[in-house]
Amino acid sequence: MENKKNSDISIYIVMFIFVALFLAMMGYFAYYVQFSSPDDINNSYNPRQEKLAAKVIRGAILSSDRKPLACTELTPDGREIRRYPYGGIFAHVVGYSTKGRYGIESIANISLLTSNADISERISNEMADQKSIGDNIISTLDIELQKCAYETMGIYKGSIMVAEPKTGRILAMVSSPGFDPGTIDQQWDELNEMTTSPLMNRTTQGLYPPGSTFKMITLLEYFRENKNPEEYSFNCNGRFTAEDVTINCFHGSVHGKLDLKKSFAKSCNSSFANIGYGLKSNAFRSTAKDLLFNEELPIKLSHKMSSFTLEKSSDTEEKLHTAIGQGKTLVTPLHMNLITQAIANKGMLEKPCLIDRIENYKGVVIKQYHTEDEKRLMTSEEADFLTEYMEAVITEGTGSKLMSEDYYVAGKTGSAEYGQVKGDSHSWFTGFARDESGDKCIAVTVLVEGAGTGSDYAVPMAKRIFDCYYR
Amino acid sequence: MNNIIIELSKYFIILCIAFYALNGFIVFRYKTHEDQRGFYVMQNIFMVMIHAAGFAVLVLEGRDVSMVTFYCVTQLVIIAFVILYRVIYPASQPLIVNNMCMLLTISLVILARLSYSKCQKQFVIAAAGMVLALVIPFLMKFSHLVFMHLTWLWALAGVFVLGVVFVLGRATYGSKLSFTLKGITFQPSEAVKLLFVFFVAAMFAKSTTLKQIIITSVFAMAHIGILALSKDLGSALIFFVVYVFMLYVATRKLYWLLAGMILGAVSAVAGYRLFAHVRTRFIAWKDPFSVIDGQGYQITQSLFAIGTGGWFGMGLGQGTPNKIPVVEADFIFSAISEELGCLFGLCIILICISNFLMFLNIAIKQSDLFYRLVALGMAVIYGFQMFLTIGGVTKFIPLTGVTLPLVSYGGTSVLVTIIMFSVIQGIYCDNG
Repeated sequence: MENKKNSDISIYIVMFIFVALFLAMMGYFAYYVQFSSPDDINNSYNPRQEKLAAKVIRGAILSSDRKPLACTELTPDGREIRRYPYGGIFAHVVGYSTKGRYGIESIANISLLTSNADISERISNEMADQKSIGDNIISTLDIELQKCAYETMGIYKGSIMVAEPKTGRILAMVSSPGFDPGTIDQQWDELNEMTTSPLMNRTTQGLYPPGSTFKMITLLEYFRENKNPEEYSFNCNGRFTAEDVTINCFHGSVHGKLDLKKSFAKSCNSSFANIGYGLKSNAFRSTAKDLLFNEELPIKLSHKMSSFTLEKSSDTEEKLHTAIGQGKTLVTPLHMNLITQAIANKGMLEKPCLIDRIENYKGVVIKQYHTEDEKRLMTSEEADFLTEYMEAVITEGTGSKLMSEDYYVAGKTGSAEYGQVKGDSHSWFTGFARDESGDKCIAVTVLVEGAGTGSDYAVPMAKRIFDCYYR
Repeated sequence: MNNIIIELSKYFIILCIAFYALNGFIVFRYKTHEDQRGFYVMQNIFMVMIHAAGFAVLVLEGRDVSMVTFYCVTQLVIIAFVILYRVIYPASQPLIVNNMCMLLTISLVILARLSYSKCQKQFVIAAAGMVLALVIPFLMKFSHLVFMHLTWLWALAGVFVLGVVFVLGRATYGSKLSFTLKGITFQPSEAVKLLFVFFVAAMFAKSTTLKQIIITSVFAMAHIGILALSKDLGSALIFFVVYVFMLYVATRKLYWLLAGMILGAVSAVAGYRLFAHVRTRFIAWKDPFSVIDGQGYQITQSLFAIGTGGWFGMGLGQGTPNKIPVVEADFIFSAISEELGCLFGLCIILICISNFLMFLNIAIKQSDLFYRLVALGMAVIYGFQMFLTIGGVTKFIPLTGVTLPLVSYGGTSVLVTIIMFSVIQGIYCDNG
């Protein structure tokens, strides 16, 4: 009799184990459906997105002050037309909803095609075979700043990105040349054949040699390996030679006697080649990894990974070229902007944010995105150190055009040589500005393809952006 | 007008299944069949309504008109089965009959939508199974005789059949699982599962000395080993789990359960190290989106189906479940969630849980150790298989490629599950 009782308990234990498993599974399933699946299903491999379009009128994409950047209008005969009131100004970042989708139109596709109108309204729409109205995306984009960036870039090819380091909010993102998303279907073949790749978002997908802007990273690595940078000195005679490899200063300049800060502010190639020669390749690679080189960037917009190829076995030539940003290193302007944001934000990179919130068509908030720490790229001490040196670029170096009474800038210029022809170079500027109180802070990255030196092209463009923002 | 019916039916079907599942749990509160009767009849009504609404939608959407006839036949067969069962076995457990018919109904509706021809095949086999189901409870009276005396025969038969399949079988989806005889494909590992449970139950009913345990374990390992070598990991896992739990309940010693769990964990790690296909499954589970073009394709399509369907589903016939590979078999739950809604999916889980609890309830009441262990074994096989398939397609656990009993397409699977339910009924009728 006692045996029987024991045995009953054993079956109850079996019951308990399995019911716990089942409940865990149900809980997971419910959580997945409610919270995780909306992100998962917004995937180009999901063929079901087209099905949703048959039931919902695509929602609108709005600027941060709620002006429509993309919206669907009904023609009198009932067809839906996607309109882009600002034409080409927001082309790449807002994107398009046909032809494979791009930009916000792509990353928020499911939300735009989901209606969170009242349940009763949706059901009655379904009954009447009427489409429900999809949710609206309120982006972080600032119309004035985007317009300013677009006009500043003008006929040049290149990219401008503006973001808030403290929140990760992207305020403007321009890529040039562009296109008119309103007529994308008609012009698709033509745009695809153009050698200038107008459909590519250069900010996120353009890989460029970083040139002297990379000296920020070389400087960081030097700081990590040598704790007393003020002891550094170098006498620049226009070139640096090590093991048959010679690095020349840009345009044959001779900088004379330099400390570390001057080397950075004047962007002296010889001095930085000298620094690079003494750096440990493995440690350099690990610093680059900390800064998200060779990694996916934390943003949903389709983007390219930046590459940093220096390793222990690399030869001296690659080592020296890498230190001045001319080796095999390639970065996207987006990535350069993220690094700049982290420096401005005491080393902490905030999660890049392009969508502020999702609202139903009546303006009820469905989902609000909040500022999130993404990853610490460097210590706050390191960030302060870099900031001090980047300020010197403005006060006593290549970025002197950015001196202003309204704001304080810290940044780095760059002229990245590319191709075989000597002198062809991309013009770079990346940096951030603060007002007196330090509350208003933006990071700006400018890249102009094949224009010339950073200080001649990219810096004045950055100035126009800062002026527009702090006006 | 059609549109209104199609849209309304979506919510109607969810309401029906929710009430059905609810009734399945309410009956646990009442002791006698007489008190429970009303709830069982209500369940039958909801069952018929889901069946009718499902096929009505399919016909209104302009699918094969012969579905009207097909519906009538299937509906009649299922109603006839419920009534006949009641007449032939007045002492049978009505919840098990109802749940079996409910799951078969869902299977017919979703298979008719996915592939009408497969649905018809499935129905023929299910109908044959129902005929068997009317006989098996009666035959259970002889089970002691057959299994207690010829115990070894069944173990040898099981190992032999699995061995033959391993050697001769053809490869399906990387696992040698089935062989075809005169146009009908059998999946012997499904059938051997039942023999295995009977064998183990008989062995432990005779004695639970250490010697007996060792001998039984050797045979169990032979089964599991062949299955693992055949790369049929899902089945190997089910055999292993059912053996460990039967051993634990037979001996009432917790250390067997713990030893089993440790051995299971060690084997899992060893399997991961040794077999590439195990690693593949693991990677596809850990981060399916990183391998979306390859090993992650199935599971991501399944997640898209579940996520896009949402709580209320796209509506029957309104989704694209056929984008999921082998959707009728291993991924039937995803197809159901996509079109009938995840609420419907949750209700299916609840129905399966109610079956599992009822099986265990019956096991608890058996004073005869053989019956007790058979009922427990069937319960564990059923519950664990349900966990593996639904957990797998929702990415709760790695995919193992097993079917959802009674719902998935697959002749052997549905037949074996009906037999399993009937065996439990037989035990219940004998000693309810």
